[in-house]
Amino acid sequence: MSTHPNAPAGAGRPRPRYAGTVARVGLIGVILAALAGAFAYLGGWFTPDDLTPARFTDAFEQIDGVHPGFRRNHAKGVGVSGVFDGNGQGARLSKAVVFRPGRVPVVGRFSLTGGDPYVADMPDTVRGLGLQFSPPDGETWRTAMINLPVFPVRTPEAFYERMVASEPDPATGKPDPARMNAFLARHPETAQAALVLKGRPVSSGFENSTFHGLNAFRFTNSAGDSTPVRWLMTPAQPFEAATAGAAPRDKKYLFDALIAKINRQPLRWHLVVVIGQPGDPTADATMAWPDEREKVDVGTLTLDRVESEETSAATGINFDPLVLPAGMAPSDDPFLSARSAVYSRSFTRRAGEMKPPSAVTPADVEKGK
Amino acid sequence: MSTSTERHQFTTLSRLLHWTMAAMVLTMLGIGVTMVVSLANYHALVSVHRPLGVAILILVVVRFVNRVLNPPPPWPATMGRAERLAATAAEFTMYGLMFALPLIGWGMLSAARYPIVLPGPLRLPYILPHDLMLYAALRKTHTILAYLLFLTFITHVGAVLVHTLVVRDGFLKRMVPWKVRPPEPALPTDPVRP
Ligand code: HEM
Ligand code: HEM
Ligand code: HEM
Repeated sequence: MSTHPNAPAGAGRPRPRYAGTVARVGLIGVILAALAGAFAYLGGWFTPDDLTPARFTDAFEQIDGVHPGFRRNHAKGVGVSGVFDGNGQGARLSKAVVFRPGRVPVVGRFSLTGGDPYVADMPDTVRGLGLQFSPPDGETWRTAMINLPVFPVRTPEAFYERMVASEPDPATGKPDPARMNAFLARHPETAQAALVLKGRPVSSGFENSTFHGLNAFRFTNSAGDSTPVRWLMTPAQPFEAATAGAAPRDKKYLFDALIAKINRQPLRWHLVVVIGQPGDPTADATMAWPDEREKVDVGTLTLDRVESEETSAATGINFDPLVLPAGMAPSDDPFLSARSAVYSRSFTRRAGEMKPPSAVTPADVEKGK
Repeated sequence: MSTSTERHQFTTLSRLLHWTMAAMVLTMLGIGVTMVVSLANYHALVSVHRPLGVAILILVVVRFVNRVLNPPPPWPATMGRAERLAATAAEFTMYGLMFALPLIGWGMLSAARYPIVLPGPLRLPYILPHDLMLYAALRKTHTILAYLLFLTFITHVGAVLVHTLVVRDGFLKRMVPWKVRPPEPALPTDPVRP
C-alpha cells in the first residue's frame, strides 16, 4: 500500500522507523483481538459452564431423548380451539383488550410434562394448558399453565439442578436418591412445596383440572394503576378424583377422554385473576398467596374443538409466557425471562426438524367423534 | 452536495450517520450474542434488540440514499486499485448486511408468528406466512449474517487502523466526527525515484 507510486502522504514527513511500524502493527493486532475477545466474551465463549438456554434445552434432550420436531418439554399433547368471553371485570385491572367485554378466538394445547412425546398417560403426571388469545383488534396474549397449585422450585437454576438430580442413574435406571436428597437439603423451599403438592387432589382428567399460571405478573389499567397478579383457569366441569391404584392400561387414556368429552359438549373454564397484596411474593412460585386474596372472574374459556398436532395451529405456536399485550407485564419472577429464553431455544430447534406423527393421531381424534 | 472544503472528508451528515450507526450496530451485535446465552436478561435484551434493529433498518435506507447523493471523497493516493475495490466491496457488504439483518429479524419473527413488539403501542405487521421451516432457516441466516457483519467490521476497522497508524495517511480523518482542515497541497512525487 505505502509503496503505491503516487503516495504523497508520507512525502513531507520522515518515514516511520521499522521498530515503530512493528509496534503500530502490534497495537492494531491488540485492538482487533480485544474487539473479537469482547464479542466472544459476551457470547459466553469463555464461560462454557454457565447455565444457558441451550444447555437447559440440552438437559431436556439428555433426559428424555431427542425427539425431532417435538417440544423439548410438554412434548405430548393435542391442539384445541374455541373462544374466550370476557365479562369486562378484568378491565379495572388491565387495559388489555382481552379483558373488555366481548369474544376473543383462542387456540390452545393440552399437554403432559416431560420431553417424551410418546410417554404413557399417568394420573399424576403434570398436565399443561397453553393458550393463545387473539383479539381481532388487539394484541395477542399467550400463557402456559399447569395443574399444580405451586411450583416445585423457586429459580430456573434450581429447576435445572433438580432436573439433573432426578436423571435416572444409568446403572439402576432409577434416579439416585442421594442426589435428590442433597438437592432437597439445599432447597428447603422445594421440600416445603412438595408437602403442599403431596396433599393435592388430582382430578380424573384434563377437563376437570385447574390450571395455574403460577408466575406472578403485573397488570396495568387505563388509569395507569399497576397490580401484582397471578391467574388460574378453574374448570366448570365438576371435580372427580383420579382413580388411585394400578396404572391405566391405555397409554392415551387422558387424551382419549378429553377428545370424547370435548366432542360431547364444549368444555369451559373460568379465568380467575388473583390480586396480590403488598408483601405477597411475586418472585417465588413455590409459595401460594393467602387464600383470602381477592379473586376476580374475568371471563369464560370455551373449548369446542380438538385436533391432533398434525393439523392444529397450536403446533406452530410457542406459548412463550412473555408474549403479553399492553396492560400486562412480567413481575420480578426470574422464571419468566428464563422460560422465554428456553422456550425460544426449544421452539427454534423443533421448527427446523421433520416431526414424525404425534402420539395422539388424527385417527384418534376422529375415533372420538 | 459536498463543498470543496469537504472533499477530503465525508459530509457532516455522512459522518453523523456513520458514527451513530456504528454505535448502534455494535450494540446490536453485543446484545444479540449476549441475549441468546442469557436466562435472566433474555427478555429485557430482546425487548431492546427488536426496536434498535428496526431503527437500523430505517437509518440504513436513509444512509444509502445519502451515500448516492453525497459520494465519498476521492480515495487517498495511498490506496492502490485493488485496495480501493476491496474497501468499496467491504463498505457495500456492510450496507447490505445492515439492511438484510434487521429485515430477516422481522421476517423470521413473522414466520414464527411472534408478535413483533416495539416500545409503546408500536407493532410491526407480519411480512411472511406462518411457516416453521422458514422460521428455522431465517433464524440460522440471522446468526450467520450477524457473524459475517462482525467479521466485516473487524476487517474494516483493521484496514482503517493500518492506514491511520502504519501508512499514516490520515485516513481516519475522512470520517472523524469533527471538521478537519484540508491537508497541505500534495508535494509533487519525487522525480529521481527509481
Ligand atoms: C425454568 C423453568 C421452565 C423451563 C426451563 C420450561 C421449559 C419448557 C419448554 C422447553 C417447553 C417447550 C416449548 C416449545 O417448544 O414450544 C415448555 C412448555 C411448557 N411449559 Fe414450561 N418450563 C418452565 C417452567 C414452566 C412453568 C412455571 C409452567 C407453568 C406455570 C410451565 C408450563 C409449560 C406448559 C403448559 C408448556 C406447554 C406449552 C405448549 O403446549 O406448547 N413451564 N416448557
Ligand atoms: C459496526 C460498525 C461500523 C460500520 C457498520 C461501519 C460502516 C462503514 C461504511 C458503510 C463506510 C462507508 C462510508 C459510508 O457510506 O458511510 C465506512 C467508512 C469509514 N469507517 Fe466505518 N463502520 C463501522 C465502524 C468504524 C470504526 C470503529 C471506525 C474507526 C476505526 C471506522 C472508520 C471508518 C472510516 C475512516 C471510514 C472512511 C472510509 C472511506 O474512506 O470510505 N468505522 N464505515
Ligand atoms: C443490524 C441489526 C441486527 C443485528 C446486528 C442483529 C444481531 C443478532 C445477533 C448477533 C443475534 C444472536 C445470534 C446467535 O448467536 O444465534 C441475534 C438474534 C436475534 N435477533 Fe437480531 N440482529 C439485528 C436485527 C434484528 C431485528 C430487527 C430483529 C426483530 C425485529 C431481530 C430479532 C432477533 C431475534 C428474535 C433473535 C434470536 C432470539 C432467540 O433465538 O431467542 N434482530 N440478532
